[in-house]
Amino acid sequence: MADLLEVRDLKIGAHAYEEDGSRREIEIVKGISFDLEKGRVLGLIGESGAGKSTIGLAALAYGRGGVTITGGQVRLDGEDILALSPRGIGRVRGARVCYVAQSAAAAFNPAHKLGDQVIEGTLRHGIMSKSEARARAAELFGILGLPDPETFGNRYPHQVSGGQLQRAMTAMALCPRPDLIVFDEPTTALDVTTQIDVLAAIKRAIEETGTAALYITHDLAVVAQVADDIMVLRHGETVEYGPTRQIIEAPEEGYTRALVDVRTTSKPAATDQSGALLRLEGISASYGSGPQVLTDVSLHVPRGQTLAIVGESGSGKSTLARVITGLLPQSAGTVTFDGETLPPRLAQRSKDQLRQIQLIYQMADTAVNPRHTVAQIIGRPLRFYHGMRGKARRERVQELLDQIEMGQGFADRYPAELSGGQKQRVAIARALAAGPELILCDEPTSALDPLVAEGILSLLMRLQKETGVSYVFITHDIAIVRAIADSVAVMLNGRLQRFGPRDEALSPPFDDYTDLLLKSVPEMKEGWLEEALSSRRIASGGQ
Amino acid sequence: MSDASSGGQRRGLPPVATLILQRLGLSALLLIAVSLLIFVGIEALPGDFASTYLGQSATPQAIANITAELGLDRPIWTRYFEWLGGAVQGDFGTSWASGQDVSAQISRRLGNSLFLAAVAAVIAVPLAVGLGMLAVRYVDRLADRLINIVSLAAISLPEFFVGYLLILFFAVKFGVAPFPATVYDSMSLGERLGAIALPVATLVLVVIAHMMRMTRAAILSIMSSQYIETAELKGIGALRTIIHHAAPNAVAPIVNVVALNLAYLVVGVVVVEVVFVYPGMGQYMVDAVTVRDMPVVQACGLIFAAVYILLNMVADIVSILANPRLRHPR
Repeated sequence: MADLLEVRDLKIGAHAYEEDGSRREIEIVKGISFDLEKGRVLGLIGESGAGKSTIGLAALAYGRGGVTITGGQVRLDGEDILALSPRGIGRVRGARVCYVAQSAAAAFNPAHKLGDQVIEGTLRHGIMSKSEARARAAELFGILGLPDPETFGNRYPHQVSGGQLQRAMTAMALCPRPDLIVFDEPTTALDVTTQIDVLAAIKRAIEETGTAALYITHDLAVVAQVADDIMVLRHGETVEYGPTRQIIEAPEEGYTRALVDVRTTSKPAATDQSGALLRLEGISASYGSGPQVLTDVSLHVPRGQTLAIVGESGSGKSTLARVITGLLPQSAGTVTFDGETLPPRLAQRSKDQLRQIQLIYQMADTAVNPRHTVAQIIGRPLRFYHGMRGKARRERVQELLDQIEMGQGFADRYPAELSGGQKQRVAIARALAAGPELILCDEPTSALDPLVAEGILSLLMRLQKETGVSYVFITHDIAIVRAIADSVAVMLNGRLQRFGPRDEALSPPFDDYTDLLLKSVPEMKEGWLEEALSSRRIASGGQ
Repeated sequence: MSDASSGGQRRGLPPVATLILQRLGLSALLLIAVSLLIFVGIEALPGDFASTYLGQSATPQAIANITAELGLDRPIWTRYFEWLGGAVQGDFGTSWASGQDVSAQISRRLGNSLFLAAVAAVIAVPLAVGLGMLAVRYVDRLADRLINIVSLAAISLPEFFVGYLLILFFAVKFGVAPFPATVYDSMSLGERLGAIALPVATLVLVVIAHMMRMTRAAILSIMSSQYIETAELKGIGALRTIIHHAAPNAVAPIVNVVALNLAYLVVGVVVVEVVFVYPGMGQYMVDAVTVRDMPVVQACGLIFAAVYILLNMVADIVSILANPRLRHPR
């Protein structure tokens, strides 16, 4: 018998625009083949641009944006769905093959109730009657661990949390009893403590319904928990394809090995953490008349060291950075920098006080002006803070470019001509150009692929060694914390949960939240998910 | 997020009610401001009723007599509040020219104008929204281009020109439609509809393009949303996706343009009414302006302003109600 899904020599192209405006075809998937049996899960893994989402969508005969499938076959139960008429494809989508998007928050229509959206495809394809579909949805809500399965569907998307939306999206995909589900980074946008629950729910749902799945992610540790087989992709080509255990325990290709042990940067934590370049005492803050988002936070960063602030979204870590920079004046407490108290408001701070603290953002894309060249972007703080002009400024820009390992030829480029990692490097050079003593890094690597992120981290560490700059590094990634932090602050609901030297903060005895956080970080081994969940159950059962 | 929204609604009215009450209050305030503007503006107009009315026989004594008779020698504020007080109760005073009750005269005229506007709206709004959706369905294809070109041509021609063109062809050459569009109290609904066919057609042609284009633009911008892709990947057909998934999220911009055009249908029909000799508010006001019959002009001005404000307020409220986040707080 033929396999459920047979992909043969799949080729997918996209339009790219040259500088002169002419259009050029580029091949983004270059002849991929794989098979998927009924009830099995194949993980597609690779960096952004590897073509993994594009391949996933090809299983629904869909090309996103200007993407077109140019060759090959996608056979579902022996039938090539690429050859179907639009009407025929409409009968496959949402019936036999379903899709779970990365951002369920954007993928659900804000104007309709969740329940109606979950059963819509099932009803439109005439697979079940309305009452059957409603019962099926409630059953799935239950399997996926959503609260009040019977009435959950009456809510609107904005009325539930991100993790719940992602489960509801999974329920929507499972509802018509499809043969195949494409999961496109379903947990990437979630907090690590939420991710583990959603991951477990997806895994259980796959097992109980016996559907086959393509699971797309950039996180090998995540896909190792759900996939039977893994295909590693790079630049639209297969790097390695094999059973999960072989891929993570005995990878054959160099690229796969690099993905498996991606953490190469590490440094021992500083031993003397007594002095303080930056000291926060009893900081509380809120936005306008809204609720308090920071409550009584006190911590310090010694000169030349790195403080990592960890916590999930909404824990107040970015707000803390806004208070330090003066973008959001605190409602109580003091910020002391190099022995002097900083005025709460940005406008009250002197130019030199502003120069001492610089920022690097998560999205380098939006943090650099797309209409300025790299030289203009980096040159701006040189002019603003140091009054440098002409040749002196050009030379200093080149020095900075050398420092961020970008060298000649980049000065006259525009951000659109740079990769994500290069843009982040330019943002780092811009921060350095001011000559700061402290750089606030707000998730500077979370939008980047693991290997690129690794490069940025090692660059930051080298710059610290060379210039003695201090970092406040905001992240949700415990692995980064372990690698680069001297001290660690764990935040939850605007309060400091834990603060101290790294090795102390990340060693037992833990408070409940830090324990949960550490246990939720996926590890690259089969069966981690089950272990983590059972240890959690034991912990909560023991209380 | 969750803390913020739950904190805001703990006490007092639900957010929707608060927003709607705000709109109502604002509209009332705006209407009062407009009434002041109308009154002061008309006061500042050059020329006066007495000299226009008397014409050749205008002696200083006669003018003074009429001025005193109409109470125009009293201070402006006294007259304003007297007028406003009356207007609130639906009494717009008596016409200086005819000596008749303005409210009674207006009510029939206003009825006629609203009838014309309503018939035009009932045809234009669904047609415009429907065509807009159709244009999205076949975006950048022949149907879309055709709809765009025709509607652009219609909006580019001045309404009196469109009106005369329609009269020339349908009333004069083919003789299938009546002209002038006179209506009487004794006419049945069918007869009335027949009589106003041409002015309605003119109005529809004038307002449809604006609404159609806004519908098209608003829905097109929604069509690039991820939830539209979700619908497509669920195998939902293109037309259902547009109507069921895109349109509900485009209500706010569309409703605002519809309201603007409906207001135009009531307020802007002056030219069309004059062209078709239709006994509505517009003609009445134009006649009153020529003889400086201020109570009539003021009343018409205030009613037009009220219609404008009312329709925009309704649009605001519909936009608020169309937002599920406001309708169903967490």
